[in-house]
Amino acid sequence: MRRAGPGGEAVVKVLAAMSGGVDSAVAAARAAEAGHDVTGIHLALSRNPASYRSGARGCCTIEDANDARRAADVIGIPFYVWDLSDRFHADVVEDFMDEYAAGRTPNPCLRCNEKIKFAAVLDRALGLGFDAVATGHYAQLREGPDGVVEMHRAVDDGKDQSYVLGVLDQAQLRHSLFPLGGSTKADVRAEAAERGLRVADKPDSHDICFVADGDNAGWLREKMGDRAPNRAGPILDEDGTEVGRHEGTFAFTIGQRRGLRLGRPAPDGKPRFVLDIEPVAGTVTVGPRERLAVHGLRGERPRWCGTPPSRLHGTVQLRAHGAEHPAVVTVAGDQVDVELLEPAYGVAPGQAAVVYDGTRVVGSATITSTRRDP
Amino acid sequence: MRDPGPSDTVVYLDHAATTPMVPAAVEMMTRHLLDVGNPSSIHASGRRARRIVEESRETIAQALGCRPGEVVFTSGGTEADNLAVKGIHWSRQSADARRRRILTTAIEHHAVLDPLMWLAEVGSAEVELLPVDGEGRLDLDALRASVERDPASVSMVSVMWANNEVGTVQPVEEVVAIAAPHGIPVHTDAIQAIGTLPVDFAASGTDALSLTAHKLGGPYGVGALVVRREVDVVALVHGGGQERDIRSGTIDTPAIAGFATAVELAVKEQAERAAHVGALRDDLVRRVLAVVPDAHLHGAALDPLGVHRLPGNAHLGFPGCEGDSLLMLLDARGIECSTGSACSAGVPQPSHVLLAMGCTEEAARHSLRFSLGHTTTAADVDALVEAVVPCVERARAAKRS
Repeated sequence: MRRAGPGGEAVVKVLAAMSGGVDSAVAAARAAEAGHDVTGIHLALSRNPASYRSGARGCCTIEDANDARRAADVIGIPFYVWDLSDRFHADVVEDFMDEYAAGRTPNPCLRCNEKIKFAAVLDRALGLGFDAVATGHYAQLREGPDGVVEMHRAVDDGKDQSYVLGVLDQAQLRHSLFPLGGSTKADVRAEAAERGLRVADKPDSHDICFVADGDNAGWLREKMGDRAPNRAGPILDEDGTEVGRHEGTFAFTIGQRRGLRLGRPAPDGKPRFVLDIEPVAGTVTVGPRERLAVHGLRGERPRWCGTPPSRLHGTVQLRAHGAEHPAVVTVAGDQVDVELLEPAYGVAPGQAAVVYDGTRVVGSATITSTRRDP
Repeated sequence: MRDPGPSDTVVYLDHAATTPMVPAAVEMMTRHLLDVGNPSSIHASGRRARRIVEESRETIAQALGCRPGEVVFTSGGTEADNLAVKGIHWSRQSADARRRRILTTAIEHHAVLDPLMWLAEVGSAEVELLPVDGEGRLDLDALRASVERDPASVSMVSVMWANNEVGTVQPVEEVVAIAAPHGIPVHTDAIQAIGTLPVDFAASGTDALSLTAHKLGGPYGVGALVVRREVDVVALVHGGGQERDIRSGTIDTPAIAGFATAVELAVKEQAERAAHVGALRDDLVRRVLAVVPDAHLHGAALDPLGVHRLPGNAHLGFPGCEGDSLLMLLDARGIECSTGSACSAGVPQPSHVLLAMGCTEEAARHSLRFSLGHTTTAADVDALVEAVVPCVERARAAKRS
């Protein structure tokens, strides 16, 4: 495809995914201003908006669809709503539940980018004659050696979203536009206001879009019913001594400290953290922070932005907005082994390990196991 | 691309959604916009406004074959439908508590179906959705059987004059013949029919009939329920009681004046318009089927007299396409049409009408409605025929990917 950034040379037909928020509105506006032939779409992802969430934030409400529509009006581009609710439910929501049922902590945003925004939507867009999909993600695309498209971290450290895009392969990146990667969030808000986009001061969305109020545990309890164990059970220390009770394993994630409501303090008086979750047995194991230290991990289902490395001395990021950890990454087929050069804390299986070489995203893998021995 | 504003270059094939106002109605409405005077006021200005309203009512009555006192102005078709089904049902039920059943078709507009579903939900009625055949025509045997099972328990029957999606004309006369001997009132939603088919309220034997201005060349925001004087209707909107104590709210004189002009003209020109629109529609269907051979027509077959199908309706299925992809591709070329009904977020839902006609959900999703009207030209049809092949190919490619 003819590549074109927001200041780009060739005019391309761009499909701008518009959530109803400020970022995707400005991204669409910039793509249009760059001279591209832009069409806005809002993805209806919830089968029944009220059943997933209600409120002003997230991406599943009629109000958000209307905000996106009004932004498209202001920008002066055609606008449509695409119903991806069946795909979203099958590929993202079901997966989210399966992962929790297995005691893992999934990241549905990555899954949505991999399966919906840059797969179902992109494929349909290409089929309809579009050249690229533009989103309001904060990440930068650059042309690398040999014409390879590289993805780099955004200029705004606080907003960088390259982590949730770490699942995109070269074919997907070649048809993607991220017009905001070179800007700060503050600039984007100011620009939205200047452009007369009424979403300029709409709050950021942080939660999982389909979970009302960010209450994951409550949502899971309600939606999963008998389909997966969420039984009440003991909270054990590492010796197997019961130190408290819980009402269901869904409420916990590895590394969690708050909300444990332990009856008695640890012998050493130090805070305790969730070390392990066993949904089938219904047990949650807690211990001191140092026992959370992870020195290595294994990932599967890798996704590479370009040619997979065999061995790389770089960094990994282990959760959204998490820190970078220096690491040596070894790849053998579908298996990715990560040797952490300094321990990481609170690493939850199910999350993605995204591999970076400097600011460049190399790829990602889903964490399947962690190693706590140095 | 800048989203185009209204333009001569747009090929507008969505007249069943709304159709342009006729110049005479615009002229009549705007003439009265600066007039002061509430038609309910007693002074001279009020009397002047009232005279315009009453003359409009007489004009509409004349055109529709009813008495002026039978015309109750509303804010449009949805309010007229709501007033009919709720108002008549409540009145019938309060006269005899056994009257719990409301009989209707599975292909009514949401303005009828949703109030009925609401009545059922709150426990005020039992709603029976009667089946239609593959062309979208009510199964009269099912209606007869349902009525005769226990006529005393039937509160009312509501059957549309012609379907808004696939254009199938319903056997309203036969419906009346089944219901009337039992004293069961019949309401008909004639919103798509007025001006496109010959409609005479008195001759139809129905007890209530809904219409709206903007589908026949009048302004938005005004419509009417024509309801026989003998039929009691419980009010939905209470207040000053302006319209026969059935409907309250200050009477919108300019809109009603424009409405009356549009009705008068539409009815006067009905045969001529139907012939013009019907010929273009037949041409459209034949040519689209010729260039997209596996496309198919939904609803009743094309008939030159327009007895079974609205003359402006062409509802076509394009296997292998998503209807909304096809709509978007045609829209990008300035050709405007419609998928089934859309929810408030703009998400296309598979049409309940097509599903009731026995279409699979897949078939319902690959269908588009083209509806022609009084401003449609042969050039519009040419433009669609030219654009449809590349758009269908594109939409098929998108679905396969």
